[in-house]
Amino acid sequence: MQQHRYDVIIVGAGGAGMRAALESSKRTRTAVLTKLYPTRSHTGAAQGGMCAALANVEEDNWEWHTFDTVKGGDFLVDQDAAEVMCREAVDAVLDLEKMGLPFNRTAEGKIDQRFFGGHTRNHGEAVVRRSCFAADRTGHMILQTLYQQCIKQNVEFFNEYYVLDLLMTDGKASGVVAYELATGELHVFSGKSVIFASGGFGKVFRTTSNAHTLTGDGMGIVWRKGLPLEDMEFFQFHPTGLAGLGVLLSEAARGEGGILRNKDNERFMERYAPTVKDLAPRDMVARAMANEVREGRGCGPDGAYVMLDLTHLEPAHIDAKLPDITEFARTYLGVEPYTEQIPVFPTAHYAMGGIPTNIKGEALATNDDVIPGLYAAGEVACVSVHGANRLGTNSLLDINVFGRRAGIAAAEYAATAVFEELPDSPSAYVVELVEGLRNSTGEERIAAIRSDLQATMDLNAQVYRTEGSLKQALVDIEALKLRFASVGVQDKGKRFNTDLLEAVELGFLLDLAEVLVVSALARKESRGGHFREDYATRDDVNFMRHTMAYRELDAEGNVNIRLDYKPVVQTRYKPMERKY
Amino acid sequence: MDVKVKILRYNPEVVDEAEWKTYSVTLQPTDRVLDALHKIKWEQDGTLTFRRSCGHGVCGSDAMRINGRNRLACKTLIKDLNPEKEITVEPIKGLPVLKDLVVDMEPFFDAYRAVMPFLVTSGHEPTRERIQSQADRDRFDDTTKCILCAACTTSCPVFWSDGQYFGPQAIVGAHRFIFDSRDEGTEQRLEILNDKEGVWRCRTTFNCTDACPRGIEVTKAIQEVKRALIFRRV
Repeated sequence: MQQHRYDVIIVGAGGAGMRAALESSKRTRTAVLTKLYPTRSHTGAAQGGMCAALANVEEDNWEWHTFDTVKGGDFLVDQDAAEVMCREAVDAVLDLEKMGLPFNRTAEGKIDQRFFGGHTRNHGEAVVRRSCFAADRTGHMILQTLYQQCIKQNVEFFNEYYVLDLLMTDGKASGVVAYELATGELHVFSGKSVIFASGGFGKVFRTTSNAHTLTGDGMGIVWRKGLPLEDMEFFQFHPTGLAGLGVLLSEAARGEGGILRNKDNERFMERYAPTVKDLAPRDMVARAMANEVREGRGCGPDGAYVMLDLTHLEPAHIDAKLPDITEFARTYLGVEPYTEQIPVFPTAHYAMGGIPTNIKGEALATNDDVIPGLYAAGEVACVSVHGANRLGTNSLLDINVFGRRAGIAAAEYAATAVFEELPDSPSAYVVELVEGLRNSTGEERIAAIRSDLQATMDLNAQVYRTEGSLKQALVDIEALKLRFASVGVQDKGKRFNTDLLEAVELGFLLDLAEVLVVSALARKESRGGHFREDYATRDDVNFMRHTMAYRELDAEGNVNIRLDYKPVVQTRYKPMERKY
Repeated sequence: MDVKVKILRYNPEVVDEAEWKTYSVTLQPTDRVLDALHKIKWEQDGTLTFRRSCGHGVCGSDAMRINGRNRLACKTLIKDLNPEKEITVEPIKGLPVLKDLVVDMEPFFDAYRAVMPFLVTSGHEPTRERIQSQADRDRFDDTTKCILCAACTTSCPVFWSDGQYFGPQAIVGAHRFIFDSRDEGTEQRLEILNDKEGVWRCRTTFNCTDACPRGIEVTKAIQEVKRALIFRRV
């Protein structure tokens, strides 16, 4: 076992982790531990853009952006956090440009901006061009640019190191334990500050736009430490995933005139949202699509999806505006979007919930108490700037604004703090976890358990939920946890044992699926991405509050999930009905 | 349909030599090679090892040699591979194999890092964005698409025979900044590429352009860098 010592330890090298590293490594000795090579991170899959009220092409200001973010989040957004994000958005975009990001340009050579769902002028008057973009690969360019800056700044990376435990001393973060994929060796990192920036957990669902590697490791680690997870019931389902695959087709497809149709070729969104039709918010469109399928108006042999119709658009227009996503349709479904409709279905896309933090990125142990030395930023965190439903483009903004803030805060804390003494046998938990799985004689297959988990989550905890469906999901998850206790790992080796790591990741997925479902069962209302058919309206009297879930052990040592609640921070916007 | 997938397996913990192993898998014609690998790993042999992440051709993790050609496993459909015959899968060539389809990417990333792949500027930073015309932005658009998958570099015969050659990707990475009107590091970068292991090793075989899963005109980018070196202007 190797020992390391850094002032700041960053877990994850996507947009949030690298943005934090650029700040932290300027100030103090910093290590970035990442289970993937940095450029493999899922930030690179983002398409549409990053919103900021630059007002380069029309009048705009950050207060309008704040309002849209709060309303888009169905008023569960902490408004002080949204103000910070939208105010700092302008500098966040300009900083990226100065780092070299190749934004598209206006005729005057300024950063170009375009429309995006839910972003409006003057509190909903009309749509506004706020999204700064680089063709339809904005996330790719952000990831590349941040990695390039990390090269320039000699940021120290530990690539293909899986962090599997957080070390705490007297209630403070004191380090992490990591598993080196290439060798199977364990590494204990002692640190004054630890930043989690390890992304989401979309792989609890089968149909997802998320990477295979998005297994919620960071949230799972924190959860097992008895620290809370906030608003885990809120998961965004993006309307247009390629059917059966979940690969994302950007909202821009409908922005450019694309229409959703059912098996009768009906433009069904006219029934659900007469005014804005196909450009309704993501949660509304996703529910409408799922309802068409459920009521027997789906397309295909099993009636399992609806169609995205671009055939009325000029091929030249498609090539100019939607090149990447039309290539996805051709490559994966063999569909020619010029002449054929594209099969689509909602795809699990983004976790609004996560590790609770304040606006400095400090992680919370309770509603108010910070955990000294522990930080989180990006999808793994819940600030909460997205509330019950994230607006398109605000995730790329979130990682830049709060990645930067967490990096600065962690470095400043490290400048005044001392290295805490590590707990006795710091790697004991990870040794037991890893060796227990490696040496298991169980016969259950990892992939079979994961597949069954994803099946029950898609069936019971997706776009539509009821008490009955969620209880079924909970029963299924409990049964899967029992099966997981006798899971077998076939690869017994040390070298690049991805079989073993898939088992570890599955353990995190099972934990997080359970938190999601338990939180969703208790929220007897419908808000943003969480829709309960048995409680179909928003209930501000009882549920205008964040869910805080805690893992606790009872006297017999059984794991219980305790739910608590946290008030929503409201500054200038009073809750109103969410109409567009 | 039942498909035979023949994979070059190597695990130095077990045996010294790589050996071919053939698996039978039931697949849909529209499944990807990555699906085939997953089915083998998840249902037959958990020791099969490969890298993958996004699963749809944007993260660059799963470049491999499929039926003798460099491709991304997640972007290659079974039906496009003549699946009546055996499909062969082996690691990309020219980088040390660590286990099965996993190669050591460090030499590849070292070459990329060596060409100063970041914006170089001098003087005061402007308060707002730097101005760049649409035409100037278009000049380097193609090479910004690179996902660092190494399909181009490991398809290059010069790279196979001379591991010191920077390889096409590093030149693409340099091109992206050399032709960016905001950048002031061109002279330094061109000097690096003028090295004996630099652009002049390129024999214009076009393997790299054929291999690029992002459709980047790699050979053209290399030619533009060569021309910039000869005429000392971009």
